[in-house]
Amino acid sequence: MTLQAVVIGASAGGVQALSQVLPALPADFPVPIMVVVHIPPRRDNALVDLFARKCRLAVKEAEDKEPIASGTIYFAPPDYHLLVETGGTFALSSDETVNHSRPAIDVLFESAADAYGPGLVGIVMTGANHDGAQGLRALCAAGGQGIVQAPATAEVATMPEAALAACPAARAMTLEEIEPALEAMVER
Amino acid sequence: MDAAVTGESIEDIEIQLLLDALYRHYHYDFRHYARASIKRRLLQARTQLGYDSISAIQSAVLHDETILPRLLNYLTVQVSEMFRDPSYFRALREKVIPHLRTYPSLKVWVAGCSNGEELYSLAILFAEEGLAERTIFYATDINPAALRAAQAGIYPLDRIRLFTENHRLSGGHSSLSDHYTADYDRAVFDKSLRERTVFSDHSLVTDAAFGEMHLISCRNVLIYFDRELQDRVVGLFAESLVRGGFLGIGSKESLRFSAHADHFADFVGDERIYRRNVR
Repeated sequence: MTLQAVVIGASAGGVQALSQVLPALPADFPVPIMVVVHIPPRRDNALVDLFARKCRLAVKEAEDKEPIASGTIYFAPPDYHLLVETGGTFALSSDETVNHSRPAIDVLFESAADAYGPGLVGIVMTGANHDGAQGLRALCAAGGQGIVQAPATAEVATMPEAALAACPAARAMTLEEIEPALEAMVER
Repeated sequence: MDAAVTGESIEDIEIQLLLDALYRHYHYDFRHYARASIKRRLLQARTQLGYDSISAIQSAVLHDETILPRLLNYLTVQVSEMFRDPSYFRALREKVIPHLRTYPSLKVWVAGCSNGEELYSLAILFAEEGLAERTIFYATDINPAALRAAQAGIYPLDRIRLFTENHRLSGGHSSLSDHYTADYDRAVFDKSLRERTVFSDHSLVTDAAFGEMHLISCRNVLIYFDRELQDRVVGLFAESLVRGGFLGIGSKESLRFSAHADHFADFVGDERIYRRNVR
């Protein structure tokens, strides 16, 4: 199955981890990348500006009902869950927190698993909670591929460890290995 | 045909059938709600209410109407905060209130009021600005339990610290504690705040416009609707507002793609406050 989309979840230490992966992606990377980072519920999304400067791909905050475009990195807005609709658009929700988080990684991963099935790869990175574990399990159950930052290399190992425990089929990788692995999955 | 051919999972079929059943039997219409969130909530209801499948919920709710209120709580109830996004309320206070002051009487509609946090925020703001006496609030929701909670105006005391901070950041010039009484672990908001509020069962999906509103506040409701339903509701708001009336929506919502966008002009763009055009 051709790769159709990438979802990434990161928490404590996540900005640094993402800074090693996202800027390495080439400008012609042909699928959308959707990212949830646990951030405080303030209105301005500093992540978009930060990564727009570092990345060759377009970077923006995901908007409600926005059609999902290839070659774009989307960040979930602060204080909203980000979901993927089966028609290939985003939806936001202000439902209660999941794993004490809004946005929650599980919410993005589970909805994206429904929308993309085997065409999805999910990546769980460093973090101090268990968000993303159930989502990665759902993603793999729908035929998608799971990647987890190798716990020993993560700034905080709790979240990668929980993801590997919930989803043993996922592959543990160092940050340096993730971008080439994604490149190998896409067709050009 | 197998699932790989139709591309539709059994769960998706079950959800569609349940939503059809709720509409046909109870006239609750969730068929044009954004599907990914509805699915999440129904799966949560299935687990927490102890059913094996969405179909089992459908059977239960059709044959036993006492199941309906419990299901509605999953499908509709929003957790909100008083003065959520303080800058929105600051913009209302600083930019919208001066216009509203010019009217001898005012009507304000809190559409989809849920448990009432937004209603009490506005009631406090209008009281602080000296407009409470000339204002009638309409607080509407489709969930009777939410309307009862809004009418009661009681919130857990552990949420008050957040509400107080939000209120302060919104430019509030009273103390939030002037407006409630602490009772064990609950904060009971003053009856005076809702003396001039009409609580009403109203569906944005199936019911008609309300007349001659000066301000409609409807935050984080439109994100739960699909495009088609968003269009209907924005049209309903345009119809319900006086010319020159104001509409406030959630900070991540927009009228940009709406079929009725031409009825509105940006008023405070960053805060998603729009003004109904005069023509």
